[in-house]
Amino acid sequence: MTPPRPDATYESEIARLEEIVDLLATDGVSLDEALRLFEEGVARLRAVTGRLAAAEERIALLTEREDGSYALDDLDG
Amino acid sequence: MTARRQTDLFAAPGESAATAIPVSILTETARDVIEGAFPLVWVRGEVTSFKQHRNGHWYFCLADGLSQVKCVVWSRDQRRIPAPPDDGMQVVARGQLTVYPARGEMQMVVNAMEAEGDGLQRKAVERTLRVLERDGLLATQRGPRPLPRLPRCVAVVTSPDGAAIRDVVAVARRRAPNVRIVLVPAAVQGDGAPESLCTALQRLAAWRGADVAIVGRGGGGKEDLRAFNDEEVARAVAALPMPVVSAVGHEVDTTVCDLVADVRAPTPSAAAEAAVPVLADLRDEVDALRRSLITAVGRRFSDARARVDDIAKATRIAAQRLVERKRAAATALGGRLHALSPLATLARGYAVPRDARGATLGSASSFAAGLPFELLLHDGSVAARAEDVRIDPR
Repeated sequence: MTPPRPDATYESEIARLEEIVDLLATDGVSLDEALRLFEEGVARLRAVTGRLAAAEERIALLTEREDGSYALDDLDG
Repeated sequence: MTARRQTDLFAAPGESAATAIPVSILTETARDVIEGAFPLVWVRGEVTSFKQHRNGHWYFCLADGLSQVKCVVWSRDQRRIPAPPDDGMQVVARGQLTVYPARGEMQMVVNAMEAEGDGLQRKAVERTLRVLERDGLLATQRGPRPLPRLPRCVAVVTSPDGAAIRDVVAVARRRAPNVRIVLVPAAVQGDGAPESLCTALQRLAAWRGADVAIVGRGGGGKEDLRAFNDEEVARAVAALPMPVVSAVGHEVDTTVCDLVADVRAPTPSAAAEAAVPVLADLRDEVDALRRSLITAVGRRFSDARARVDDIAKATRIAAQRLVERKRAAATALGGRLHALSPLATLARGYAVPRDARGATLGSASSFAAGLPFELLLHDGSVAARAEDVRIDPR
């Protein structure tokens, strides 16, 4: 099974989930494969649900340090 | 003047400090002089800062790069003009030059106007667009990039003091409070605005921490849009590595930035709506997918179970039929066997004598007087003894 990548986009996770549902709806996959797909689907659902449930973010200000790197300073939202 | 100082007592009004005139006399006199000196006159220029006041009058400036004159069209005079002019439009306007005493400003009261095609500013925008198009930088040429469904971080390039950032934050918080908003501060109007915007855009491009960008400002006059028509600003927008929503806050005028950005929004609030999803909608979508997944896998397995059940049933039926066939065959065989059985003969009243070992005594010569034997009948047997043996002569 391809584990959901942490940097996968939300779109790609949703697209794969839709694909899994479609595959499960066809007779083309074996029962073993269906079970594997279901487990993958559950893992991906958990990943996207986690992203939707992420904590509230604060407003930040992008500033450039003297060394050329960047910093985020919290602003009051 | 020095020569006439001793004649101050006889000086005309305003000719000496002693005869200084009030401002209103000055401006009213100026008005009379100017109105007297200028007949109705046609003037050529570019319309800027056009504004329709609540009272219905039109206010704008006519400018030609070196000078400008304030103009007004009273609402009663607007009938003779086909449509209100747009900013940047080159026009010829007929009017009476006068002075507006309350402000001490010269103004032209316009009562006729003809547009002369597009204004200089518009021409400059078109020139910039041609250059950008040649370089393939317009969104329609590149193919607008889709906005992410669920951005982690939205960068907003705008003034830290303007309404735009407040509007974006308010909308984003309402829709998805877990999306991070990062302000990349820039001046959006004034002389340094293009350079400031370029710096901010380049900083955002180098940082790469955001997955969608909003570039813009709240509403404002036409002159304020200049920075967003600047070629270098447009190039910096096009160079951003993430999809861009432009929000220049002007519904009527399309800026160069609007045409370079992947999505054009009329206001910063609309930009935030385009960039930030409603979290509840996404949750609904994921819930629907969860249900579909469970339904699909459930159906897949119940289908499989039904198929197994079908096979079991068919097997059972086949086995039953086989048994019935065998039973029928056995019954038929039994019938045939019965027909051949000596017992059937016995049933008709015959008997079979057998010796003590069970061997059939089928001939009189097998008997001897006094020999015990058994008579086998259809419903049992009888013990017997031979009394006499008579063998028929051949």
